[in-house]
Amino acid sequence: MLPTNVTDPSYYHRVVDCQWACPAHTNVPEYIRLIAQGRYADSYLLNRESNVFPGILGRTCDRPCEPACRRTRVDGKPVAICRLKRVAADLRGDIQDRLPQAPAFKNGKRVACVGAGPSSLTVANDLMPLGFEVVIYEKLPHSGGLMRTNIPSFRLPASVLDEEVEMIVGMGVDVRYDTPVSSMRALLGEGYDAVYVGSGAPKGKELDIPGRHDSDQIHIGIEWLESVHFGHITTAAPRVLIIGVGNTSMDCCRTAKRLGGTDVKVIARRSRRHFKASPWELADAEEEQVEIVENHAPKRFVVEGGKLVGMEFEVLQWGEDGNGRAMSTVQGTVIIPCDLVLLAIGQENAFPWVERDVGISFDEKGLPVVDRVTMMCSRPGVFFGGDAAWGPENIIWAVAHGHAAAISIYNHCYGIAVTERPPEGMTLTSSKMGIHQWSYHNDYSAAERAKMTHVDLRERFRELSREVELGFTPEQTADEVQRCLNCDIETHFTDRLCIECDACIDICPVDCLTITHNGSNEAELRIRLTAPTPNLSQPLFVSGPLPQTKRIMVKDENICLHCGLCAERCPTAAWDMQEFDLKLSYAGRSV
Amino acid sequence: MTTSINKPRVHHPDLAPNALGLTRRDYEGTMSTLCAGCGHDSITAAIVRAFWELSIPPYRVAKLSGIGCSSKTPTYFLRESHGFNSVHGRMPSVATGANAANRDLVYIGVSGDGDSLSIGLGQFCHLIRRNVKLLYLLENNGVYGLTKGQFSATADIGSKAKRGEANQQGPIDPVLVALTLGATFVARSFSGDKEELVPIIKAALAHNGFAFVDIISPCVTFNDHEGSTKSYAYSREHLHKVVEADFVPLRKEIVGTGDVTLHDGSVVRLRKVAPGYDPSDRDAVSGYLRKHHEAGEVLTGLLYQSADGRDMHAIEKTVATPLVDLPYEQLCPGGAALEKLQRSFK
Repeated sequence: MLPTNVTDPSYYHRVVDCQWACPAHTNVPEYIRLIAQGRYADSYLLNRESNVFPGILGRTCDRPCEPACRRTRVDGKPVAICRLKRVAADLRGDIQDRLPQAPAFKNGKRVACVGAGPSSLTVANDLMPLGFEVVIYEKLPHSGGLMRTNIPSFRLPASVLDEEVEMIVGMGVDVRYDTPVSSMRALLGEGYDAVYVGSGAPKGKELDIPGRHDSDQIHIGIEWLESVHFGHITTAAPRVLIIGVGNTSMDCCRTAKRLGGTDVKVIARRSRRHFKASPWELADAEEEQVEIVENHAPKRFVVEGGKLVGMEFEVLQWGEDGNGRAMSTVQGTVIIPCDLVLLAIGQENAFPWVERDVGISFDEKGLPVVDRVTMMCSRPGVFFGGDAAWGPENIIWAVAHGHAAAISIYNHCYGIAVTERPPEGMTLTSSKMGIHQWSYHNDYSAAERAKMTHVDLRERFRELSREVELGFTPEQTADEVQRCLNCDIETHFTDRLCIECDACIDICPVDCLTITHNGSNEAELRIRLTAPTPNLSQPLFVSGPLPQTKRIMVKDENICLHCGLCAERCPTAAWDMQEFDLKLSYAGRSV
Repeated sequence: MTTSINKPRVHHPDLAPNALGLTRRDYEGTMSTLCAGCGHDSITAAIVRAFWELSIPPYRVAKLSGIGCSSKTPTYFLRESHGFNSVHGRMPSVATGANAANRDLVYIGVSGDGDSLSIGLGQFCHLIRRNVKLLYLLENNGVYGLTKGQFSATADIGSKAKRGEANQQGPIDPVLVALTLGATFVARSFSGDKEELVPIIKAALAHNGFAFVDIISPCVTFNDHEGSTKSYAYSREHLHKVVEADFVPLRKEIVGTGDVTLHDGSVVRLRKVAPGYDPSDRDAVSGYLRKHHEAGEVLTGLLYQSADGRDMHAIEKTVATPLVDLPYEQLCPGGAALEKLQRSFK
């Protein structure tokens, strides 16, 4: 095998599992170290650089980082990355003078954004400091998009949302509230240099089965949540069914519990392992005594005399057909009595306001054809992002889209091809301070994952906006930060220095290292490792030939603790612990 | 104060248990305080592996040593076994006494070239003579590391010290000493070659009598430079494997040619790598080693083994039970019995 090219930033980036998994590539280990040092403001600003909304995301993120976290492969539970982000946000203090500012002198470029949700706000966040003029059209009287109307305030207090939106809008963004865009053609006629569509996927999916329109007690989940948000709905009937088991469903059932629902059930077509809801949101709902019913397919609404009294379901048993595809057989039917049904079976994009003859192509599903890298649609100068681009994702993806679109908009406005992406860079800095001293806390902490404390059940139902999670205590934070394995402190190997003394192999607590003769392919090499690994998702580092025997050093990245003992026991400093810093480019700020 | 961390106890999730349900990590000791890259640490790792593979209960092991870098190492393996870090060069006496008192424990003595061949040469020779059942590892680096790198008794003529002066005195080859004095298990290996070393240690542990393993173990601080004949680079260039050993604990294994069947029925399988080499002919082995040493080659492998020897207990006709397990009346039968014994000598 050829030696691994560690000068390509993507190799070491991939080792930092959390950062690699994060759509915005937040530098997680570094922000956790900053929290450990009590540098909350620095940690917050580092977060903000890539994910823009640390306080919001520290409460609501879908956390793609956590299932990826290496700690899971070591002791079963990931570092509580998301809630540590909240710690930084809660304790940051005053950072006003460290936030980006818009220059007084404008560059004369005008950008229109549709919708004041996370992706449009990210575009504004990136472009305002460069002198762009950004106008956001919002149909509602306030900003935040689905972050405000769909995420209940007991998960995300309005004050947190307001604060972080204001950091962007306060730069002088021209937000036009109560101004729905009803014609793309008209918008294009306004003479903007670029248009960004971040209008979300605001349409809840329908469930067209008998009885659907025979009662006013059947609602689309996101519309119902919006009505609750606006105070149009203040109570819920005692017996509530929520159809579908995604994260919107979790917000619906928990909100229903707070508005008077006493018998709240979430109905799923399939079994638990197929649920779309995040495991922690499911756990929170079940803690609030919401019942999850598996393997039930809706058949009809039971309406008697104009009053909803129940819903009939087919009870399914799941198996596989001849091609290994999931297949259900109906075991029977059951009627579950209820007074209110909320449909949370997915969301769709809707673009009735985009004329089909303005040069924007749509695919057969009615979605705009958008480039995955540049976010540009078929009409130059028009960009899509967030849920508007490819359907419902989550906030952190919306932020990532916003960053990418801002780069494209910048290029477009300055006559640079949108396909010309600024490069990714990296720095590697030795963290060696002395023979046994490193610039990071390299000892392994056996602490278990901290458990978030919740407001007790009675208290939390007293008021809709009572935030359920209390945040970590200082003691919990102190323990949790040390669970991070510092995966960005890379084990950096220099093959020409190695004398093959085996010291690194002998000391490695998790058997990551092997010196062996080279092989023709990775699969063959993997079975010859000190600890053979079936985890193909984690790369192997392969060195060049070692000076004395021409064998190679192989490192399986899978469960390296980044404890630095290999480097500490290396007599020639062939191993060194080097801090990897991924340098991301943003609009107008190339590395 | 050192800021060094201990090796985390967390281990690879797929680490296999042995017959006792212990993982390899359960056979480790505390963190080594030897220099980074010391050959001795690799030998420690080989010991850990061999004891784990043989599923020896750590509490049935006694670790013995003298003084020196090598003699520090018993702390670094088998944290749950017995140990005695004795006087310089006097580990053989302590080992002999311990073995005499309790023949049921597994004994491992770790020594160095200074401890065994300078201050302790006499003790070393008599340990061989008595054929005490013990795995004796000589971690051989050619220098006195603890006193900053003077030549030891195994330094080759012409080998250069770190500051450049060449050694003038001829070396003692512990393997030839052991062969001459009648050792029945004589091996040489290299700290950087666990594939060879681990099976040798396992075979030595099963040997019924004194089992001697000389291990070239480079001193990374004082003897790993150009001109040294005990450096990693020199060793890799000049070591030649003459015999490969496999230890086969299964008693039903079919015995092939070149196998040595031990008293408990396990088998050490020797594969001759060098043509014309006979690991069962003591004189031939001595001659072969001498000839190749003159040619600058250091031969490795399980160089000589014989299952014929009688160990100390057989020679002395001692009681089969460890003293600790004997009833007091039997262990100390009283004045009348002593008088009777003394009368028998008249």
